[in-house]
Amino acid sequence: MNVNKRQEYRTLFKQNVERRLFVDKIVRLIVISCVIIAIIPLGSILIEVFKNGMAAISIEFLTEVPGSIGSGEGGIGPAIQGTLIVIGMASMIGVPIGVLSGIFLSEFGDNRLAKSVRFFNDVFMEFPSILLGIFAFLVIVLVLGHFSVWAGAFALALIMFPIVARTTEESLKMVPVTYREAGMALGLRHWVVTMRIVIAAAKNGMVTGVLLAVARIGGETAPLIMTILGSSLFFSNFDTPMDALPLRIWRLSLLPYDSAQMQGWGAALVLILIILAINIGVRTLILNKDDTYRFGRMIKEKIGGRK
Amino acid sequence: MTAMTTKPNTIETQISSQNIPTVEDKFKMIAENVTISYGDKPAVKDVTMKFKEKSVTALIGPSGCGKTTFLRCLNRMHDMTKNAKVEGKVMIDGIDLYSKEIDPIYHRRKVGMVFQKPNPFPTMSIFDNVTAGLRLNGVRDKKVLNEIVEDTLKMAYLWDEVKDDLKKPAVELSGGQQQRLCIARALAIQPEVLLMDEPASALDPIATQKIEETITELKKEFTIIIVTHNMQQAVRVSDYTGFMYLGNLVEFRETKKLFTDPKNDLTAKYVQGQFG
Repeated sequence: MNVNKRQEYRTLFKQNVERRLFVDKIVRLIVISCVIIAIIPLGSILIEVFKNGMAAISIEFLTEVPGSIGSGEGGIGPAIQGTLIVIGMASMIGVPIGVLSGIFLSEFGDNRLAKSVRFFNDVFMEFPSILLGIFAFLVIVLVLGHFSVWAGAFALALIMFPIVARTTEESLKMVPVTYREAGMALGLRHWVVTMRIVIAAAKNGMVTGVLLAVARIGGETAPLIMTILGSSLFFSNFDTPMDALPLRIWRLSLLPYDSAQMQGWGAALVLILIILAINIGVRTLILNKDDTYRFGRMIKEKIGGRK
Repeated sequence: MTAMTTKPNTIETQISSQNIPTVEDKFKMIAENVTISYGDKPAVKDVTMKFKEKSVTALIGPSGCGKTTFLRCLNRMHDMTKNAKVEGKVMIDGIDLYSKEIDPIYHRRKVGMVFQKPNPFPTMSIFDNVTAGLRLNGVRDKKVLNEIVEDTLKMAYLWDEVKDDLKKPAVELSGGQQQRLCIARALAIQPEVLLMDEPASALDPIATQKIEETITELKKEFTIIIVTHNMQQAVRVSDYTGFMYLGNLVEFRETKKLFTDPKNDLTAKYVQGQFG
C-alpha cells in the first residue's frame, strides 16, 4: 500500500463523522429508553405491592394461622413456614442434581449422550410448570394416596434442576482453558481440577444460577396446587398437606372481601422480601468474600498511604 | 524453503547422521518419530529428539513451526485438545508416556510446565497457588508447604517481592510476577523435567535475566526444555538447540555449533535473522 493510498483511506475514515456521532446518540437513546420501558412494569408492580401490602403487615400477620374467612384476622404464618420448607427441600434435591449435571455437560460433554442430555434439559426447562405438577401428582400423590410435602418438593426440584444445570454449564464453560491446563500440568486428576480450580473460578455464575432457580420456584403456584394442596395449619409432618405463600396469595385474591385482598397483597410483599433476603444473604455469604477482602485491602492501603 | 518442502528426506538423513547428543549420554526423555496432527493437518512431522539429563534444550523456529505443539506432547497436554492426535513414542526414564497402561497423571508430576501466558489460579492466594499441586494431591503438612513455598519462590526470584504478602490474591501481581509465580508453582511439585513455553515473553529485561539465571541454576538438578523466540536467549541458556520449521526438526545440535556452524541452509538463514 503506497503513501497516497494510505492518505486516501485516512480521508475516508474522517468522512461522515457528524453523521456517525448522530447515529451514536440515537442508538444510545434507544438503549436507554428500552431500559426504562423494561423497568416500568417491574417498578410499578413493586410499588403497587409495597403500597397495598405494607398495611397488612404486623407481627400477628407474620406469625399466626389464618383467621375465619373474611374476618381479616389471623395471618400467614403457615404459608411463610411452608414456603421456606418447600424451597429448602426442593433446593436440596434440585441443586445437587443440577450442579452435577452441569459439571457433566461442561467437563465431559463432548459426546452423544451429553448432547442429548443437553437437548432434553433445554426442552425440560421450557415445560409449563403445571405439567410437572401433574407429573408429581401422578407419581407421588396418587401412588401414596395423599397430598404431601414430598410431592411439592419433588415438583419444584424438577423445575429447578434444568435451570441450575444450564447456568452451571455456562459458567464452567466461561473458565479459560489455561487454568485447566495449568492444573493438569501439575499432575492433578481431572476431577480435582474441576472441583478445586474450575468450580472455584466459576462460583459466582453458579451461585447466580441457583438463586435464579430459587426465585423461580419461590413463585410457582400451579405445581403446588397439585401436590401440597394448601392448609391453614402449621407444618406437622412431610406426609400431610402444607401451605405456601403463592398458594395463600392465590386463595386470598379469589375471596370477595377487602380484608382478604389486603392480606393477599401483604403475602405477596412477604414473598418478594423472602426471595430478596435469600438473594442478599447468599450473595454476601458466598460471593462477596473476595470482593470485601479486596475492598478491605484497598481501604487499608489508602489509609496506610495517608500516614 | 522450496528445498525443504520438495526434499524432506535430506533433512531427515541429516538429522539422523548428526546423532547429537551422543549415545553414551544418559537421556531423561526421548521423543521418537513424533507426529502430531490437528484433524488432518500435521503440525509436527516425524520429530525425533533426545534430551540429556541435567541439560537445557532450546527449541527455536518461526511462529507456527510446531515448537509449542511438540513441547505440549511431552506432557500429554494434547489429551485435552479435541482433534489432536499424537503418533510416535515419548519415553521418560525409559517408559512410554503414550502407552495404554500408563496413567499420565504420575508422569505429569515428574514434568513441570510453564506456559506462555501467566495463568495463576484466579481464586487462590500466592501461597495457595505455589502449593496447589501439593495441596490438591494431599500434602497437608504446613511445615513442608512453608518450606517449599520459600524455596521455590526464591528459585523463581519472586520471594523478596512477595514474602510479606503471601496471602494476597495471585491475580493482583503484575504480569511478570505472575509468570515467576507460575514457575514457582511448576517447581513446587518437585519435577525432574521442566517444560517452558516462552516463559520470558511477558517479562521485562531484568526479570528475563533473572529467569535465565534461574534456568542456569536449575540445570544442576533438572532437565529443561525451553521454547523461545529469542535466539540470544537460546544461546545464553541452552546446551542443545533444535531448529524447527514447518513442523520438521531441521537441525538439532549443541547450541554453540548450531549457531556458529549450522549444517543446514535454512538454519543458517534463520539464526542470521534472514527470515522468521
